[in-house]
Amino acid sequence: MFVSRRTLLAVVLATVLAPHPVDAQTPVKVVASFSILTDMVKNVGGEHVEVTSLVGPDGDAHVYQPTPADARAIATAQVLIVNGFGFEGWMDRLVKVAAFKGVRVVATQGVTSHTMTEIEGGKKTKVTDPHAWQDLQRGMVYVRNVVEGLAKADPARASLYRANGDAYLAKLRELDAWIVTELSAVPKEKRQVITSHDAFAYFGRRYGVSFKAPVGFSTESEPSAKDVAALITQIQRQKIRAIFIENMSDPRLLQQLASEGGAAVGGTLYADALSAPDGPAATYIDMFRHNVRQLVPAMRQN
Amino acid sequence: MSFSELALQPFIEFAFMRRALIGLLALALGCGPVGVFLVLRRMSLMGDALAHAILPGAAIGYLAAGLSVGAMGIGGFAAGLIVALIAGLVARATDLREDASLAATFLISLALGVMIVTLRGSAVDLMHVLFGSVLAVDDEALLLVASISSITLAALAVFYRPLVVECFDPGFLKAMGVNGGLYHIGFLMLVVLNLVAGFQALGTLMALGLLLLPPAAATFWADEIWALAALSVAFAAVAGLIGLLISYHINVPSGPTIVLTAGAFYIASVLFGRRGSIADRLLIRAHRAA
Repeated sequence: MFVSRRTLLAVVLATVLAPHPVDAQTPVKVVASFSILTDMVKNVGGEHVEVTSLVGPDGDAHVYQPTPADARAIATAQVLIVNGFGFEGWMDRLVKVAAFKGVRVVATQGVTSHTMTEIEGGKKTKVTDPHAWQDLQRGMVYVRNVVEGLAKADPARASLYRANGDAYLAKLRELDAWIVTELSAVPKEKRQVITSHDAFAYFGRRYGVSFKAPVGFSTESEPSAKDVAALITQIQRQKIRAIFIENMSDPRLLQQLASEGGAAVGGTLYADALSAPDGPAATYIDMFRHNVRQLVPAMRQN
Repeated sequence: MSFSELALQPFIEFAFMRRALIGLLALALGCGPVGVFLVLRRMSLMGDALAHAILPGAAIGYLAAGLSVGAMGIGGFAAGLIVALIAGLVARATDLREDASLAATFLISLALGVMIVTLRGSAVDLMHVLFGSVLAVDDEALLLVASISSITLAALAVFYRPLVVECFDPGFLKAMGVNGGLYHIGFLMLVVLNLVAGFQALGTLMALGLLLLPPAAATFWADEIWALAALSVAFAAVAGLIGLLISYHINVPSGPTIVLTAGAFYIASVLFGRRGSIADRLLIRAHRAA
């Protein structure tokens, strides 16, 4: 009989690491693909979940390389939460290898995506922008999906998850309103920002800010001289002073852009990952607070 | 579009284009002659191996001092040199051939580098951070490339004769009572230096592309080593200029465009070069038949 190596590995992992049935005492084991989802799970599940983040704080999920420990974590997990929209390209293979049998939650399920025409190296391609969590209204759909996923995996505590979820959603609604107030205080024509990669389109559409970046959605792409020149011209013409780097990307190109455009790099925005627990953006809510507090004074100088 | 719009305006208008061009010219000056000796010594693939070998050093430099070109450069240089020296020593002291010994050593070094990068815990792609991009050359990187080119040219001026002799007739040097191994080590240092300069400032692909494609193309046009070196420098510089302009005007990524331009020079040379090219060989055959 011919058995492929992958199947064999999957079978072995499945037998050794089969998920245990949920009972009232043990916490539900949840694996989330990156730190923002992890934070949502913590808010919904509290002490009843034990959540592992595959891509940690300040990590870059676009180019993440999974480890055997990740496959192990997924194999023993009862719930797996991913962003979807093509954000975690490495996930499908990992799930297959780990023979995951629990509840799989796609956080963007039911979220309308922005399909944007990405112009990179002169080539136009339609890409689904995965960074939907940067819009809090869409983030709230994420939270509802997380609630339903946990409830499905652990029906005994479903009402508890729903209550926690509602409390968390209320906080997010309040935060959303605060951001709208803060940003609408800045004149519309000044709401222009340059960042190191295109991660803020959802944020920009929701809150009326125009974001530009030298490379596209993914941190992997390489810019062309024309793109860089166009950005510099724009910085100079429109006197853009709000230039930010992101926590997980290479700052050098942006520093060059800023200095040639006659501006300075303003600070760090958190886009695809939260900061370490002692950092300024340790939670999903803190991330928005931090970003808005960075953006508003910088945009006023535009 | 006039010539000035086509070729001058991008450089007049944008400092990043000027920096990229100067960085490329400086790199071409150092890489041209070093690449010629690499090709003549049948060590063309060594550049590729050393490119991997410098990773652990650069990673340690990054971990120790953050995103500093200096620290990462020194780390990378040390790692590359250690790998080259160990590989050379093993090849001389044992029966193993130099290519196998180098492959073994660089693989160990590369694995060590990946280990260090991963153990740091963060998933930031260090390979992105460790290697620069031609459009993001800053003052520090420019200074590094320029100094390394100057050191390379000065060193080659001093060691030119013995290096040439060692290329073609190592026995002669030995008979004259000169230790050829010393020159070999000196040359390896220059190779590693130039690679480090290229990686830090311009990225991996660019550094190797400008180191090896121009000399490989030049061998189809010239015989003398000085002529090969001069031609390589010219090819590399022109490829850099044309590649940058193409990337600017038709909006394609700069690094690959520059290397592809150098690649186009190489292919044209393989086909139509003055000596040893396909056209040349066909011509000789036609002569013989006649």
